[in-house]
Amino acid sequence: MRYRTWILLAVVMGMVLAACGGETASTTTAGEATTTEAPGTTEAGATSTTALPVDTTGYDHLDQAIAGDFSGSTVEIWAQWLPESSEAANFTYTLEPFTELTGITVNFQPTPDYETALQVAVDGGNAPDLAQIAQPGKMHQYAEAGSLVALSDWFNTDKLAADMVPAFYELGLLDDTLYGVYYKTDVKSIVWYPVQGFADNGYTVPTTWDELIALSDQIVADGNGNPWCISIESQEADGWVATDWMEDILLRTASPEVYNQWISHEIPFNDPEVLEAADYMSQIWFTPDYAYGGNTYINATWIGETQDPMFAEGGPQCWMQKQAAWIGGFWGENRDALAADPNLPASEWPNKPETDVDFFYFPPIEDEFGTPVLGAADMFVMFNDRPEVRALLEWLATPEAAAGWIERGGFLSPLTTVPNDWYVYPNNQLAEMVAGATTVGFDASDLMPAEVGAGTFWSGMVDWVAANGEGTEDIFQQIEDSWPTG
Amino acid sequence: MAEAIHPIRSMTPGLRILRALVVVGVVFIALWLGLRVLRDPNTFAAFGPTLSKLAQALVALILGVGGIWALFYAANVIIEALPTRATDFLRPYVFVVPAVAVVGLYLIYPTAGTVVGSFTEVPEGASPLTNYTQAFTDQEVILALRNNLIWLLIAPAASVAIGLAFAALVDRIKNESLAKAFVFMPLAISFVGASVIWRFMYAWKPPGQNQIGVLNAIWVAVGGWLVDLGLLQEVEPVAWLQEIPWNTFFLIAIMVWLQVGLAMVILSAAIKGVPRDLVEAARIDGGSELQIFFRVIVPTIRGSILTVFTTIAIAVLKVFDIIFVTTGGNFDTSVVAVRMYQEMFRFRNFGQATTMAVILLVAVLPIMIVNIRNLRRQGVGA
Repeated sequence: MRYRTWILLAVVMGMVLAACGGETASTTTAGEATTTEAPGTTEAGATSTTALPVDTTGYDHLDQAIAGDFSGSTVEIWAQWLPESSEAANFTYTLEPFTELTGITVNFQPTPDYETALQVAVDGGNAPDLAQIAQPGKMHQYAEAGSLVALSDWFNTDKLAADMVPAFYELGLLDDTLYGVYYKTDVKSIVWYPVQGFADNGYTVPTTWDELIALSDQIVADGNGNPWCISIESQEADGWVATDWMEDILLRTASPEVYNQWISHEIPFNDPEVLEAADYMSQIWFTPDYAYGGNTYINATWIGETQDPMFAEGGPQCWMQKQAAWIGGFWGENRDALAADPNLPASEWPNKPETDVDFFYFPPIEDEFGTPVLGAADMFVMFNDRPEVRALLEWLATPEAAAGWIERGGFLSPLTTVPNDWYVYPNNQLAEMVAGATTVGFDASDLMPAEVGAGTFWSGMVDWVAANGEGTEDIFQQIEDSWPTG
Repeated sequence: MAEAIHPIRSMTPGLRILRALVVVGVVFIALWLGLRVLRDPNTFAAFGPTLSKLAQALVALILGVGGIWALFYAANVIIEALPTRATDFLRPYVFVVPAVAVVGLYLIYPTAGTVVGSFTEVPEGASPLTNYTQAFTDQEVILALRNNLIWLLIAPAASVAIGLAFAALVDRIKNESLAKAFVFMPLAISFVGASVIWRFMYAWKPPGQNQIGVLNAIWVAVGGWLVDLGLLQEVEPVAWLQEIPWNTFFLIAIMVWLQVGLAMVILSAAIKGVPRDLVEAARIDGGSELQIFFRVIVPTIRGSILTVFTTIAIAVLKVFDIIFVTTGGNFDTSVVAVRMYQEMFRFRNFGQATTMAVILLVAVLPIMIVNIRNLRRQGVGA
């Protein structure tokens, strides 16, 4: 009897532990939105958050708050940045001056399993005052369900529109009403390469598509391994890296109008313009010897380990990787170093950004479409309308709200009013890239219906890779067929 | 039991009621405090990240198991405060009603809601069957159904066959329990845990790199010898989970690994229950060992085999974790439960999600009925 009890206990214990373990696993899965953003370089003293003069011109509630009108009140704010992550720590840090200025307590809750948790809270009538949202489609859902506070009535939208990169301002609108204020952006149109390896071999940074292909051929011809590090395995979000490639290329081979029509399904998913972009993409992905390990590697390798061969002993085995800046934390030995100490500043990483690994702009393809940039971004939306909540949202739209995080590194603001000299590498260059972009395209898969954007577009890319680029038309036709009707 | 009740019976009614109130109060306060401790994420923060999780799990375990016991105990104390006749009348209900209520609230109500939802969660003005016509014309769903069928055809049969063979063989060796423990152990591992383990078994690294996957390490090493011997041109690591259609079978192997233990334990007990004189009679009649096994033992334990088979079949139809963890449903390995999850949590598409759930339910029902009937027959027969 006792023996059996122990077995039962052991089994139950195992299940409980497994449940806990499962939770951890799901929170660390690197989906597009939840990937750990590695901090950029931290230069102490570059900016000091508390000493900043707060420019409140045009933001009435913030003025009142600074005058102390709402002192003692509390605002609850949620975001997807995981507990104990450097992002959550940085956001907490960046919020401190607001409390000092206004006496309003900000209760920030980093939430694991964020999207479900927020949905449940909203459904249950316990929505936080402010919440971060990565996908505009989600904002539309909440707004159409009547859960969100419309901001246009009281928010100084003229000021916001003037202060912000227009593309991001417009994405906060639904039917000309402002619902979301963008806070943090991510640039995806960059390609990382090993600095020393390029220098040793006399490779130069390509500025056109033809140069990019010529460099790729050169690397193959030199017997230096494979030019490209590509992989898309990302647990239940397999394939999203490939969707970013498609979008970045489409912005370079088609007009912004076509890009937007593709998102809104005014043209079919497999429009000839899109298939043309797919051809460009397969030129890099499926040309023999271009991608390290071939299509099997692309599908079998986790996105955090994509670039491991770039750091192989005896020189890079793959040379170029297109990925947003967060990937720096996963380079070579950085992964282990940061696992041991999440607060390790970039200047102390084993593989250093800029000096060891640098990036170049993913080159334009057709001249007429200029130099577009593909980005994603996080916005804040408002569920409960109180003066102190308004004040915080207004403050989040000022450069001061970005200062703390910029100081810590790894932050790019959608505000053009943030002085460029606040930023350190790589965000100073990324900010210039965004400011100089002819078009800023928002991550299309985040804007499409989830059935496609987080469903068949992802799995279609996986199938396409599995087929080594064969049957492109059939696969894009299947994605088109899966577009939800009605 | 009689001694235990007697002292309480000797109390005055007033004392008994007071005792009941005190016990109920203590139980509720203890549960409330315990749940509050669990709800606060910072309770165990002082222990550090790993220990705090363990401490939390331990408290949850104590609270879960102990809490149920405490609630039943409290309920028992209440009815014991009543007159004897009422106590005797009410006691069975104390144990049955909560179970029925819980099953009703957490099982029957949601099931009914799901079935209704699959017909009502349709676009305005569309036919109630829209979800079903959509499901059965969707290539992805048809693929998932096909895969479920493959799982159903192979996993239970393989588990039972291997489990039965093992049970029969192990019956004749000295360290039987030790050998059985090894086969039984995977059963204690969760599906997610097993899938993570097997991800490493099937892991693939490009040629030239260290193969961290057990299977590929063996494959490349053995292949390397064969190449050295000139028997093979070259050997390349295999991305097992990408090999359509074999990957589905590799995933089924995980399920079999998990379930063989269950089959073995039950069938081993059944084999030991076969009357010795029956086997000896067969032996005297000149039956070979194989004949005895297939013509005497197997027919005798048919009921147990059926029970094990149907139990595993139900688990197989509901399979989700293994696929979700290893391939995420890619490479043609998706099953209905994975589709259900995706429709529900990724696409927020309640109509399709409930339809998937109903399809699974309908598929499981007949097997459940066979299982229950069989159990009942066994109960009567024994």
